[in-house]
Amino acid sequence: MSNVRLIARLDIKGPNLIKGVQLEGLRVIGDPQEYARRYYEQGADELIYIDIVASLYGRSKLTEIVRRAAHDVFVPMTVGGGIRCVDDVRDLLRAGADKVAINTAAVRRPELVTEVSRRFGSQCMVLSIEAKQQAAGQWEVYTDCGRERTGLDAVAWAKRGVELGAGEILVTSIDREGSRKGFDVALTQAVSMAVPVPIIASGGYGAPQHLLDVVQQGRADAVAFADALHYGRTTVPELRRLAIAAGINVRTV
Amino acid sequence: MQVTVVDYGIGNLHSVARALERCGAEVLLSTNPGQIEVAQSLVLPGVGAFQDGMSGLREQGLIEPIRRYAASNRPMLAICLGMQMLASVSEEFGIHEGLGLIPGRVVPVPKLTTEGVPQKIPHIGWSPIFPAESVSWQGTPLANVAPGASVYLVHSFHVVPQHDANRLAICRYGGHEITAAIRSGRITGCQFHPEKSGEVGLAVLRTFLAQ
Repeated sequence: MSNVRLIARLDIKGPNLIKGVQLEGLRVIGDPQEYARRYYEQGADELIYIDIVASLYGRSKLTEIVRRAAHDVFVPMTVGGGIRCVDDVRDLLRAGADKVAINTAAVRRPELVTEVSRRFGSQCMVLSIEAKQQAAGQWEVYTDCGRERTGLDAVAWAKRGVELGAGEILVTSIDREGSRKGFDVALTQAVSMAVPVPIIASGGYGAPQHLLDVVQQGRADAVAFADALHYGRTTVPELRRLAIAAGINVRTV
Repeated sequence: MQVTVVDYGIGNLHSVARALERCGAEVLLSTNPGQIEVAQSLVLPGVGAFQDGMSGLREQGLIEPIRRYAASNRPMLAICLGMQMLASVSEEFGIHEGLGLIPGRVVPVPKLTTEGVPQKIPHIGWSPIFPAESVSWQGTPLANVAPGASVYLVHSFHVVPQHDANRLAICRYGGHEITAAIRSGRITGCQFHPEKSGEVGLAVLRTFLAQ
């Protein structure tokens, strides 16, 4: 196994970094650039930007945000929200993104996953799955910022996504997002065991044990942290120390 | 320091350009064979599939200019797919000829660990790199990197040089030795992304520019 990646996730609405709870109840935190720079300097392994309302309203300042970030951030950046076609992907990559995360448009038109991976490589195509638990061991995929049900089973969709060309999967638990109750370990594990590509777990960090659980039981290859970092409840170096103390391999900085 | 970055319509050259600028370089993005041949210093970036990369170079008429540049003993840094294209041949989606600047083959990263357990492909993430056996980083772009420092890789294939002396750095994945950098004369190839490897990566670029 590779070193587990510790990722700072920045949810964006318009020009602002925001915090969501279950992808709703948005609250403005500040200028994303300031936070991105801070996380880079703290040694985050990657940044993820998600414009969480872009798929609803179809407009996005993300390209501009990414272009600014690329001047100060020299670790990989994954960018998602409102991506509808190969040209959208090209624009984001030209602005400085390394990978794109696609949820809604991939559900509506699964061939997009194939188009993006053929054109830019599967390493660039992150399938973003936002899921809610329906029953024990069963999760449904949602789109449009957690508003629309799809009827798709999250694990089956992950497998399909990899067949279509996704090189990585970002799994966000809508139930846990912003809850501080811990990641959805069962969801993460179910997806991780089902596909041969790396999994990023997102949504729910509140306490050190949550990181250990989602890696050791959930088999996450990477873990995303959002408001815990934004509000300074933890820092990237502290997360790194926690991981090392628990015997989890992470990058040494 | 002026550095010419080969633009052949693929991938992340803007990230590479910005990282080089951060290291003090004046960057010229170029698709022009003439400009590439007379460059003082050349960077060949790239992400994506081998065949697409070579087609991109071919369509722009850049293969021979890059070969002539390389033959002139000027500094060249090839990154990720760019590094793989330095090799003679690739096994990605069929057999494809590369630039042939450093003899070797591009082969898949093993899908099983040395213990026979399936492992995640692509290999994505930060790995410590070390000098290959009986090779020194002195005088190379890695001269200011501490052995064991971590760099960012994302790849499903890697280069196996024909001559061990061309293997500059290795990392490990699933117990296997994976080629992290190759070198011949003043040509260096990095499988990792120096432009995305934080301060370690910027040190590689700064050292390259200073050589």
